[in-house]
Formats: sequence, C-alpha cells, structure tokens
Amino acid sequence: MTTTSPQKTNRTPVRLGDRIFTSLSVGSGLLIFAALLAVFLFLLAQSWDAIRASTEVMGQSGEFSLAEFVGPLVFGTVLAAGLALVMAVPVAVGIALFISHFAPRKLATPIGYVVDLLAAVPSVVFGLWGGVWLVPKLEPAFRFLHESLFTRWFPMFQGSDQEVTSPMRNVLAAAVVLAVMILPIITAVSREVFLQVPRLNEEAALALGATRWEMIRTVVLPFGRSGVVSASMLGLGRALGETMAVLMVMAPGLTYTLHVLAVGQHSTIASYIAAQNAESTGLDMSKLIFAGLVLFVITFIINFIARAIVSASSKK
Amino acid sequence: MSSSAVIKDQDLVRGRAAQQSPRPKGPRSAAAREERRLPWYHALVTAGIALALSVVILAGVQALVGLLPEDQQVNLVGRDFSPFSLASVLVFGYVLHLAVAYVYSRLREGRRWAMDRVVTLVVTGAFVIAMIPLVSLLAEVVARGLPRLLTPGFLTGTMQGFTGGADGGGILHAIVGTVLITLGASIISIPIGLFTAVFLVEYSKTGVKRMLGRGVTFLVDVMTGIPSIVAGLFALALFITITNDPGIRSGLMGSVALSLLMIPTVVRSSEEMIRLVPHDLREAALALGVPRWIVTVRVVLRTAIAGLTTSVTLAVARVIGETAPLMFTIGGLTLLNANLFEGRMAALPLVINGQYAAGAAPCSGDTVINYFTRAEYACNTGINLERAWATALTLIILVMVLNVVARLVSYYFAPKTGR
Repeated sequence: MTTTSPQKTNRTPVRLGDRIFTSLSVGSGLLIFAALLAVFLFLLAQSWDAIRASTEVMGQSGEFSLAEFVGPLVFGTVLAAGLALVMAVPVAVGIALFISHFAPRKLATPIGYVVDLLAAVPSVVFGLWGGVWLVPKLEPAFRFLHESLFTRWFPMFQGSDQEVTSPMRNVLAAAVVLAVMILPIITAVSREVFLQVPRLNEEAALALGATRWEMIRTVVLPFGRSGVVSASMLGLGRALGETMAVLMVMAPGLTYTLHVLAVGQHSTIASYIAAQNAESTGLDMSKLIFAGLVLFVITFIINFIARAIVSASSKK
Repeated sequence: MSSSAVIKDQDLVRGRAAQQSPRPKGPRSAAAREERRLPWYHALVTAGIALALSVVILAGVQALVGLLPEDQQVNLVGRDFSPFSLASVLVFGYVLHLAVAYVYSRLREGRRWAMDRVVTLVVTGAFVIAMIPLVSLLAEVVARGLPRLLTPGFLTGTMQGFTGGADGGGILHAIVGTVLITLGASIISIPIGLFTAVFLVEYSKTGVKRMLGRGVTFLVDVMTGIPSIVAGLFALALFITITNDPGIRSGLMGSVALSLLMIPTVVRSSEEMIRLVPHDLREAALALGVPRWIVTVRVVLRTAIAGLTTSVTLAVARVIGETAPLMFTIGGLTLLNANLFEGRMAALPLVINGQYAAGAAPCSGDTVINYFTRAEYACNTGINLERAWATALTLIILVMVLNVVARLVSYYFAPKTGR
C-alpha cells in the first residue's frame, strides 16, 4: 500500500471538492478518537456525583463506599468471564484447527459459516435459550459435581445445600452460555492465525515424514501461539461485557464466594446495571454509570492489550 | 512418488500418487507398512466398538448403583444424575472412542499415527460440541416460537391494553421500533464508517495522516470490544448532559447507542472491501485528470459497492439484536410510537427480555379483558414465555435474512479482482 499509491502532484491545483472530501474523511477518522474520548468523559461526568459522595473521596462522612459497591461486581465479572474462557478456549482452538487443517477443503468454508452463525444469534436469544432450556439440562451434571464422591472434594464445587438448590441459576450455568457466545470470535481469530502459518514450513514438516498432528505441534502451534493468546483476550473482553445472557440465566447476589455452583451469590457489572431499575435517577443512576465506567476501563485495557499483541505479531 | 506430490498435502498425496505413479505392487518394507494409513471407514468400526462398550459399561454401572442404598447412590453419582442416558452414553462413548481408536491405530499403524488419529478425533469433537448449542437453540426457538408467531394478530397487533395472562397481543410496535432505531443507527454510522474507511485506505499515506491512520485502525479494533451496555450508558449520559433531563428517553438515544457499536464493524469490513479495488483503476482515472474525490466516489466506491453493501448489511444484522444498549435509552413501550425523536419506543430484543422477566402470568379467572379494546381473551399462564419465544424467532429470522442477503450480494455482485 505504500509503493503504488497514486501521488498527488504539486502542479494540479487542489480543487474545492477535493478539499471538502479530504476534510470529511479525515474528520471521520478524528471522530473515532473523539467518540472513545467522549464515552470516557460523559460516563465520568455523569458518575461524578457518585464519586464525590463516596467515602473514598469524602473520608468517613461519605454516603457509601465505592470499593464495597464495585468490588463484588468486579469479582463476579472476572469469575464468570474466567470460567467462560477456560471452557471456550480449548474448544475454539480445536474448531479453528479443524477448519484450518483437518476438515476437507470443500467443507472448510461452509463449516466456518456455520460457526459464524453462532455469532449472528442475538445475545438476548442466547439468554432466553440458556434460562429456559439449558439450565434444567445442566442440573443433573451440576448435582453430580456437587454431590458425587469423585468431584465433591473440589473446593469450587462445594457450598451449603441452601445455596446449591434448583433451579441451578448459578455462575457456572451463566459461564456455559458465555462460553458458547465467545466461541465464534476466538475461533475466527485463531483460524486466521493458523491459516497464516507459512505454507512452506508446513510442507517441509510433512515432507520430513511428520504426521498431521506432528506438523501442527511443531509448526502451526508455535507460530499461532500469540494469535491464540490475543484471540482469548478478545473473547475475554466480550465475556466481561456481555449483559443479557448473564442477566437472564444467573440469579444475582453480591458475595465473594468461589463456590461456582452456589445460586444467587454472584453478579457481573453488566448484568447488575441491567437488572437495576432503568428509571432510577440521581445518585442511584450515578452509581450505575460509575459501574459502567469501571467496566469500560477494564474491557478497554483488555482489548488494548489483545490488539497490541495482534498487531505486534502481524508486523513480524 | 513424485516430489511435487509430496510437498502438497496429506489429502493430495493419496490422490496424486494414485493418478501419477501407481503404488508398486508386491511386498512392502516394515517401515512402509507402519506408515500406511487405514481408510476412513475404520473409524466407524472403532466408533461402533466404543459405543457398544459405553452402553454395556454404563448400563452395568446403573444396575450396580441401583443395588446400593439411597445415601450411597447420592455419594456416588449425585441426586438426579442417571448414568445410563442418551447424553451420558454419547459423551462416555466419545471418551472411550479416543482410547479405542488409539489402541486400534497403535496396533495397525504405529504410535505416531495413533496420536494423529486421537488428535483428529479431539478436534472433530470440538466442532461437534459447538454445534450442539447452535442446533438446539435454533430447534427450540422454532419449536416454541412458531405456534405463537403464526397466531393471527401477533405480527399486526400491539400490546396496548394487554395485562395478565390475556392470550393475545402482538409485536408490531416492537418491529416498527426496531426497524426505525436500526435505520437511525445506520444513518449515523454508515457515512462516518465509510468516510473513515476511505480515509484509512485513500488518504492515510504520508506524514501526520499516516500516524493518524495507524491510531484510528487500532482504536477501531479496540472499539469493537466496547461492552454493549456501556454504549447504552454513554448515550444516556450524553443526552442527560445535553438536555439536563435525567428522565429523557427516545428512539434517537437508542440509535446513538447502537451506532457506537455499529461504526467499528462498518469501518473494518468496508476498509477491507475498498482495499480490494485494484490500483490500476484509480491510476487510470487519475491519469485522465479526474479530481481525486470523484475518483473515490465514482470509481473506487462504485467498484466496491457490492462488498460495501455486504459489510453494511452484516453490521446492521449485528446491532439489530442488541438489547443492553436499548434498556437505558428507549425506555420500552406497549403501544406504537413511530416518532424516533420524541417519546419512548419499543424494540424486539426488549420485548423478549421483558416477557421473559415477566415469567408465568397469574390467572384468577378463565378470561381476561383488554382494558383498551374491551375485548375478552382466554387466560393463559404461559403466554409471556410464548410471546418471548415468538419474538425471538422473529428476531432470528430478521438477522438470518440480513445475513443471507449480505452473502448473496457479495456472491453475485462481487468485483472481479482477477483471482
């Protein structure tokens, strides 16, 4: 793109139409900067009341503590997204390998479309499906994890009988739905990276007598590692910010427990905001907007790192 | 075997080798035999063995557990987990298949090929796992949503006056709302997105603009990850700050929130489409003395129009189902409001969430009267969920139609890039 660009010569006068068009397109580019800055500034402006009224700023005389308010939400958000990531990444990498290296050539593209279909399903429909269909289906498996001799020793599967009750609208069920929702993005990015592996390296490995798996282990995976890492972080960003699936599947609560089968113990930032009265005003709304600001900053940082890894590895 | 065949691919090796140089007949060395790969139908044999083993083992476990006292049963498998069910047989059978296939292949083909087989199975299994939610979701939505969707009046009526379990009501107001709000979002984002894409491809070549272009590309990528609810809160915060009215709600706010999510999608995909336009076309037009902006509009965008249509359609399909940005911005309404700029509006995703949250409807009598039209309806406790599923089906149909249209446009009207 650098070599063959049609250079504008200095002899031709700059026409008015050209000038307008150029400034319009440069302006649109600047608008992207402005939009992101505006998101941050307007959220900050509207959450200013909550920040000013908190004990953190006012000392002991504040009306409430922002840390106590946001802490459980951040914990729940990270827990749900982390669980989703643990479930989604191996499957997504498997699918990406399947599409890029295992599926028959003719089938690879349609299979890619089918996986992309998952991304086309609106999140509210995932929530409906998760809440109505999936939660009862998962219940026997959750009971097994909680009560069976083989798995009940695992600390995360424990919890009192009052907590682990049906319907099992717990954070693990929400994480399963989240995992399904972030599969397509992780798959798509990993697949792109796996397809970028130099063909000659793959062929060299095969020519040396490697089986397909040995070729993947020695050539594809080392090449694609950073891509998979950034794909996972993009998925993490999606999972952190997903609202509807968590809202519709999980029963909310505000504790710090790691018992993932316990019902009504966790909330995520996004689902908490959505669950509150949308008509609230004043300090309540200000607190919600502050929670949104925290979510924005967290996802921005995660996405920033992920994209930095992608662009650093694609420059090589 | 010719060397050109060797460097191609495993799949091709067999085909090419068969065509070009038939395998030499006669006894082969031990190494060659070890390297031989079995035809695909041997996988069916191992799968059959694994499935049979799975059935036998799980049925045995079920019988043995049944002999134990109840508290011991709970100890072993939990309260309502049945070892012998279709799902458990399939899952356990799959795991067994990994082992069976490994042993089988190890005996017939050797250690390295056995590992290859297992990995192939694992990878294929990952794909099948991902298909379970997709298939079950589509099946559930169609099965539960279709009856209500086909009920007369569902697509042409609104929810005006419907309370409790009244067996009626429609989503016309939400369809109108969704279409208008998405249209508004498109009107905001398509020009901005297209101009940004044009800037990135055509104008960010040198100096400051080049650096700006780098920054924009990066930020657009980061922007695709903005949580949808944050977009909604942003629109709310923006309008509260401008109007100083904390209760303000309108369709336009929803459009602004959606456009924040739509712009990055439009930019990324149209940028790729514009990059596909061959440089020769631009240079030819510029050489004729055509002004730069006319070249961009009449040549570059004209050539890429099919791809641009596709990318815009896909972006619309992406935001049309967004719920969270609308929760705090359009307010929701049970009647028809077709004015984007004033008053609350309804949207399909909000209806799904609202009806789902309402849950089972109370039924005190056999009939419920619509207080607006004075019509009498039968009482149905499941009506809210029925409406939610039918609305979900409507939304999915909308999204799928948009996706199919986008693919068809790019398939039939794609620019000839000389590939």
